[in-house]
Amino acid sequence: MRELKITPIKNGTVIDHIGNGLSLEVLRIIGVRDLDKDSTVSVALHVRSQKLGWKDIVKVENMELSPRKVNAIALIAPTASIAIIRDFKVSEKRVVDLPDRIVGVVRCPNPNCITNQKEPIESEFEVARRRPVVLRCTYCERLVDDFLRHLA
Amino acid sequence: MGLKGRDIISIRDLSRDEIEEVLKGTRRMIPYADGSKAGHQLEGKLLMLAFLEPSTRTRLSFETAMLRLGGKVASIQDPLSSSVKKGESLHDTIRMLSAYGDAIVLRHPNEGAGRLAAQASEKPVINAGDGAGQHPTQTLLDLATMQEAFGTLSGLRVVLLGDLRYGRTVHSLAHALAVFGAELVLASPPTLQLPEEVREDLDHQGAKVEEVEQLHQAVRDADVLYVTRIQRERFAEEAEYAKVAGSYRVDNALLSGAKSRLIVLHPLPRTTEIAPEVDGSPHAAYFRQAFLGVPTRMALLSLILTGKAA
Repeated sequence: MRELKITPIKNGTVIDHIGNGLSLEVLRIIGVRDLDKDSTVSVALHVRSQKLGWKDIVKVENMELSPRKVNAIALIAPTASIAIIRDFKVSEKRVVDLPDRIVGVVRCPNPNCITNQKEPIESEFEVARRRPVVLRCTYCERLVDDFLRHLA
Repeated sequence: MGLKGRDIISIRDLSRDEIEEVLKGTRRMIPYADGSKAGHQLEGKLLMLAFLEPSTRTRLSFETAMLRLGGKVASIQDPLSSSVKKGESLHDTIRMLSAYGDAIVLRHPNEGAGRLAAQASEKPVINAGDGAGQHPTQTLLDLATMQEAFGTLSGLRVVLLGDLRYGRTVHSLAHALAVFGAELVLASPPTLQLPEEVREDLDHQGAKVEEVEQLHQAVRDADVLYVTRIQRERFAEEAEYAKVAGSYRVDNALLSGAKSRLIVLHPLPRTTEIAPEVDGSPHAAYFRQAFLGVPTRMALLSLILTGKAA
């Protein structure tokens, strides 16, 4: 039996096959600060992978990712696979699939955009191109390719 | 399809067919715009004007368009004394206006304000410029001027000259011209070139785009020379501005090498980019372009409020 680098979790989410070095951005999307204080978050950096060569893995106890967060992860880690764990078993697998619209995850980098003023609205982007991903702000139409720097 | 009840926020909201419908309507509206026919198409309609940033030309041409077709306008007179100044959100201001009138025209200092207004409003919203963002009626009247001069847009060779970086109305125009299969020639100072992402977007559309350094070369085989204002405030040093502004000045000497059918356009107001001597040349079409702002807005208002423009 092979040695486990991270111990199994009872309930929570495992995000596997994250591109090498991208796990910290994934954690930002999950919003580690919002988690239950008693939950363990494990991050494995630079793990051997047959599929990717090297990969990162994130395991979060006691949290199931909402579809919106799954979609946001697709922005950063399109190769990722997500498993929801209940009672030590994989109870659900969610496919990471970049949607046509990204709501509330990325801030518009244009400081003069109406979404950066005091208006009762969330940021919203259309996926303008997929490979590589380029977003277009639904409001000001600014094209954004360095969205990692503008996570909300 | 059909434009009745639609918001016009960005030129991207309009398909090629819809743009053509507006251009066709513009031609029919010319006799109403120049006063040779009295219009009643918009009798009983009330247009709300919310110009939350100064504008003379655009505001006046919307008012003129509405009044010439028998409609009425009501407006926020002075944004500094209105509820906007008191901290009311744009969202709420628009909700109120949409309860009063049949359509709203908005000019606002922030990019994306038009889209927000369209979401907040139950009535159609026309974006009359949001910050450095979209100004779709400007693009429509630019297209109308080219269409009137040449009868078509496809295959036209259009030189875009000046500030292609910050002048975002140029980006909308480039997009629309690409939709119609025009060829684009970009001529700008190195510091004011079209942003990379906009260029990529045009490539993605399959647009034919060239860049030139020598303006007189570009002018020689062009059909349209579209001149934009080079904004002084974009330059850190006055000398740098003077150098750039000087090298992009359009005068009769430059136009002497052009095709006889070339037209020169400018969204106005101009500063020094076009020499006054050009005004008398057969190439000058920028005052016609300014006039066509009225029938273009007539056609659009009519299509949005009644579904037809005749």
